[in-house]
Amino acid sequence: MELFKHFKDFKMDVLKEIGNIGAGNAATALSQLLNKPIDMAVPKVQLLSFEEITEKVGGAEKLVYAIFLRVEGEAPGNLFFILSPEAATSLLSRIAGIEISGGDELSEMELSALNEIGNILAGSYLSSLADFTSLSMYPTVPALAMDMAGAILGYGLLQFGQMGDNALLIDTTFLEGNNEIEGQFFLIPDPESFPKIFKSLGVPFEDD
Amino acid sequence: MIEEQSIIKVAMADLNVGSQDSLIRTTGLGSCVGLTLYDPGKKLGGMAHVMLPSSDIAREGQLNIAKFADTAVPELLSRLIELGAVRSRIVAKMAGGSQMFAFAGGNDTMRIGPRNVESCKLALEALKIPLIAEDTGGSYGRTIEIACNTGVLFIRSVQKGSKEI
Repeated sequence: MELFKHFKDFKMDVLKEIGNIGAGNAATALSQLLNKPIDMAVPKVQLLSFEEITEKVGGAEKLVYAIFLRVEGEAPGNLFFILSPEAATSLLSRIAGIEISGGDELSEMELSALNEIGNILAGSYLSSLADFTSLSMYPTVPALAMDMAGAILGYGLLQFGQMGDNALLIDTTFLEGNNEIEGQFFLIPDPESFPKIFKSLGVPFEDD
Repeated sequence: MIEEQSIIKVAMADLNVGSQDSLIRTTGLGSCVGLTLYDPGKKLGGMAHVMLPSSDIAREGQLNIAKFADTAVPELLSRLIELGAVRSRIVAKMAGGSQMFAFAGGNDTMRIGPRNVESCKLALEALKIPLIAEDTGGSYGRTIEIACNTGVLFIRSVQKGSKEI
């Protein structure tokens, strides 16, 4: 299926705007949680090979915390909120007021708090997308993993694996101050979701 | 390891073969399976980074045979034989196939790791290649590397440390 041949620049712009709106909401939610201004980089929408996607988080072996939510509803997909261990620690100590006791491993309580933060941000991201597109999109219970980026993101690419070697990634980075908190949202909509998203926004999908 | 060894990288949904002085490596296996074939006589090895169990579900125009267990294993075998391996000596090892996220009432995709493992085993059986060692399952990622001079498979993980099989 030559899905991506149909993607012209203006369609990429539409997707970019979708990422922008979702991330804008999530950045606001994060600002409120932290009681600090949060900057958000302009989202990038890219068609990338699987390898390139893991390169975006520093390589397949790079250690990351990831909160993963499966998006269900009319436009299903996979949503990841990815943090470096440093960013996770920093986010916890700022929001939950938890002084991380050192050592490599976060405690159960710290992990649970991190999962909840991810849940709030992802929920906020999704609800704004759902409002904008008038499509129902709701998250499953979030799952947290701390592992190699490749192992985690590979999971989000399975649906794409059935139809090609590339996936469409809407990627947004959050920054607080001097990169002290850096988190990335990856939205990987299922291939089937694109026609629905475009249709809901009044963009014809099949034309060339 | 004092002598120079060249590292051959295998990407996701990719496969490759190497001879005595090489290490074949794939990084960040989650639900994917890293399947290796090895001829101890000629010291030739091969590795595939299998992503999905069966090519039946493929909807792409041009099939990437390295991606699916049922197509990657035969392809890896014929590449190894092309390189000079003796078929009757070839043995297999594999690692990966974990379930990265556990959800209550998950759908089929959630079980993709175990299904990848099952499918690799079926493909090996069909080709009568003995599986002599495996480190599969769990809920964590792995990086693996096969040393073509010994056939030892090194496995590295964040959560469970390192091991050799």
